[in-house]
Amino acid sequence: MNAPLRKVAISVLVLFTLLIVNVNVIQVFRADELRADARNTRVLVEQYDEQRGSIIVDGNEIALSEATDGPLTYLRRYPQGPLYAPVTGYNSLIFGNRGLEEAVDEVLSGDDARLALSFRRLTELFTGQDLSGGSVELTLDPAVQAAAMSALDGRTGAVVALDPQTGAVLGLASTPTYDPNLLSSHDPGAIRAYAEELEALETDPRTNVAISERYPAGSIFKVVVAAAALATGEYTPETVIPAPQDYILPGTTTDLQNFGDRPCSPTGEQPLIEALTISCNTAFAQLGIDLGEEAVREMAEALGIDGTGFDIPLQVEGSTIGDIESDAALGQTSIGQRDVALTPMQAAMIAAAVANDGVLMNPYLVESVQAPDLTVIDQTEPEPFSEPFSAEVAEQLTQMMTNVVDEGTGRRAQISGIEVAGKTGTAENAGPDHNWFIGFAPAEDPSIAVAVFIRNGGGTGGDISAPIAREVIEAHLQGGG
Amino acid sequence: MAAPVNGPGTDPRAALAPGAAVPTRRGTELLLLGFAVLITLAAHLIIDITVTGSPGTEMVTFGVWFSALWGVAHVVVRRFAPYADPLLLPCVAVLSGLGLSMIHRLDIAGEQFGGNGAASVDAPVQLVWATVGLVLFIAVLVIVRDHRALSRFAYTLALVGLVLLALPAVLPNSEINGAKLWIRFGGFSIQPGEFAKICLIVFFAAYLVDKRDVLALASRRVLRLELPRGRDLGPVLLAWVASILVLVFERDLGSSLLLFGIFVVMLYVATERASWLVIGLLLFAGGAFVAYQLFGHVRVRVDTWLDPFAYADTGGYQVVQSLFSLGTGGLFGAGLGGGRPDQVPVAKSDFIAAAIGEELGLFGLVAMIVIYLVLVERGLRTSLVVRDGFGKLLAAGLAFSLAWQVFVVLGGVTGLLPLTGLTTPFLAYGGSSLVANFGLVALLVRISDAARRPAGAAATTPPKLTDAPTEVVQP
Repeated sequence: MNAPLRKVAISVLVLFTLLIVNVNVIQVFRADELRADARNTRVLVEQYDEQRGSIIVDGNEIALSEATDGPLTYLRRYPQGPLYAPVTGYNSLIFGNRGLEEAVDEVLSGDDARLALSFRRLTELFTGQDLSGGSVELTLDPAVQAAAMSALDGRTGAVVALDPQTGAVLGLASTPTYDPNLLSSHDPGAIRAYAEELEALETDPRTNVAISERYPAGSIFKVVVAAAALATGEYTPETVIPAPQDYILPGTTTDLQNFGDRPCSPTGEQPLIEALTISCNTAFAQLGIDLGEEAVREMAEALGIDGTGFDIPLQVEGSTIGDIESDAALGQTSIGQRDVALTPMQAAMIAAAVANDGVLMNPYLVESVQAPDLTVIDQTEPEPFSEPFSAEVAEQLTQMMTNVVDEGTGRRAQISGIEVAGKTGTAENAGPDHNWFIGFAPAEDPSIAVAVFIRNGGGTGGDISAPIAREVIEAHLQGGG
Repeated sequence: MAAPVNGPGTDPRAALAPGAAVPTRRGTELLLLGFAVLITLAAHLIIDITVTGSPGTEMVTFGVWFSALWGVAHVVVRRFAPYADPLLLPCVAVLSGLGLSMIHRLDIAGEQFGGNGAASVDAPVQLVWATVGLVLFIAVLVIVRDHRALSRFAYTLALVGLVLLALPAVLPNSEINGAKLWIRFGGFSIQPGEFAKICLIVFFAAYLVDKRDVLALASRRVLRLELPRGRDLGPVLLAWVASILVLVFERDLGSSLLLFGIFVVMLYVATERASWLVIGLLLFAGGAFVAYQLFGHVRVRVDTWLDPFAYADTGGYQVVQSLFSLGTGGLFGAGLGGGRPDQVPVAKSDFIAAAIGEELGLFGLVAMIVIYLVLVERGLRTSLVVRDGFGKLLAAGLAFSLAWQVFVVLGGVTGLLPLTGLTTPFLAYGGSSLVANFGLVALLVRISDAARRPAGAAATTPPKLTDAPTEVVQP
């Protein structure tokens, strides 16, 4: 019987070798894939063992972690969930981190290098205590954020408000919104159910309209073209430019019309300031063509419209004016149509550059980073992004934009006692028109620049978006800003 | 490894001058047992300190109890089986110690996180079962002084085995997780299949030794295979039918596969006819095909085996979680107490190997597999060396049953094979399995004692002349 016994012994060796080869495959070659699999909750669960840092607005926590009795030690809570959802994002067992939860995850989870130097962190490291994360204090003005979200009133749209002098984001609203608490619970079934509910909506509320989506800019882009014209030094607000009723785009038979096909002026020409005030399409198309693609493109790029986007540290999608193949295309581009696509954040930055004497500041959302013991370990210093035009040009643009609100298309943004500067935009697209308004106030010493965007609002920027801007500006100025 | 050892060299006595004393190697065994206990206690301590920051209060009790267990086992072997293979017991000690540590670790995780279902403290219970297992171990060594005596009870044991096997199918209230494997009385539930396995192996060995000549008769040659006579197919068909019945009435894929595999391999060893393996394989393939067609639970098992990730939330959940556990462990593991092995369902019993793979990594898991391999190969070596046919076949059956069970279980946990309900011998939580396997090892120890004992040394019962090996020349 010994011969078959030896064969059995060898077979056992082979079977066990198979087992060993198989665990090698699993634990070495497939390890990374298995570890990173979204259904492997281990890595995520590990995060729930540590107290995640808070997100703070004006001294109040808008996202915080609280100890629970459940198997996951800490639960993420958003006391004003829907109000700040476009900023905070969520911290989900199933979908991972989004929004600021993702963008500043290293600070919140305690992995950021800046935190490593804090004393408490070091003692935690050596005593083996649970490490807790750092907190971030935001630049948001709660009054602005609340006014923006309530003024949007359930429509699909966005409001971005900046402090033009620093670039600090005062408000970042995107609607429709959602409740991040329901995506951050510890109940996978409830999370999935809520996510399905959101997905079923016409617009998934998790899409951040303010920074993640780009839309045709319409007439707000005329500010960029006006800036390019003034920057040449050959134009002033009083320079009279051609403003016919109809303008056949060069090299084509396309008839570019004014809004409602109305004449801009009985004489077929008007001062630049007048053209902006009534938002004359034929005047700006021709002005853009006269300036040339290079001048328009340089001004747009200096204002940040260069396709690359920003990191505030939320990711802002890059805005673009697209490729311009011909003068005809340049004419359409100059009134913000064709391939001009801006994020609401980018639109607000145009207004902010004018408001800050021609210096465009880098937008930022995080005021400071705090260690778990609340000592400030990093403070954001405002930095200029570019100087697209001179203070003198800014002055002239301010004068023109003030005129838009005083007696032009932006009248509904007027606030008694305060000079508001602005520009409306009504952008054509496949659906009902998008409605834009960009502006700032007070015009003489601006403390807030805003962009309001309503997707497929169907009316005009002056009718729909200007009043929202007014409410947001009022909220800021009344709040002592 | 047993394989390269050849001819008379397999007999340790042959290497020695006649009359020279054969070393009992009990000192080696004691040293290795001490090492096994040390590893277990270190694992326990590391777990306590990592998870709770200080050694648990039960550490001392556990340490003393666990050490005493193996101390007693050693003394009993020294007294009743002095020539036993010195590696068998230490392998079992380190495996059961590792199992106890891991169950303790999962107990703590249960307290921490609530875990799947109610948190229960199972390590002390398992320690009690290990103690019961030791009692059986001692009883077998003390009562069975000569393994050959067992062959006289072969048919009784066969009956006992079959009754144990059939019991859960007949009794109500025996179903846990879809398989009817349990009998419950009072607060206990036992899995009689584990004991049935041993009874049936003893029977197979006695029966096959008796009938080997008949079964080895060839009627004709087909394709280089010597096929047995048709009328001799009876026993293998019977075993096959019994396996199918187990599968049908108890929905126990594992036991079915286990018993049939053991029987076919023992038949092959007894008859030295490879044709039996081929016949067994064909019967298995046919049975598997029919089972797949007829039984939903078999089909589900196979489908989830082929692509567990497609059923990650349903039938494949356990295997997928097990793979996550192993993958997260990686090469070095999360360290004892550092992972989340409690995320895998039934981690204490069916998936304890995944828990070990997660916390001790590839190195730990492979080390564990190699310890099983050493245990099995020592058993097979015993089989090679022992003089009588019954002992040979019994040792081979017992050792192969361990190997086959480990392969099927670990294969299931790692996705190599469809998942079965078998337990990991010595490691997994569960009294029946632990106690039964202690009995199994006691038999192996008994046979290895007979295998290594010098011919002149006083056997507990004098060997009958008919059983005496012919090649031995009495000095």
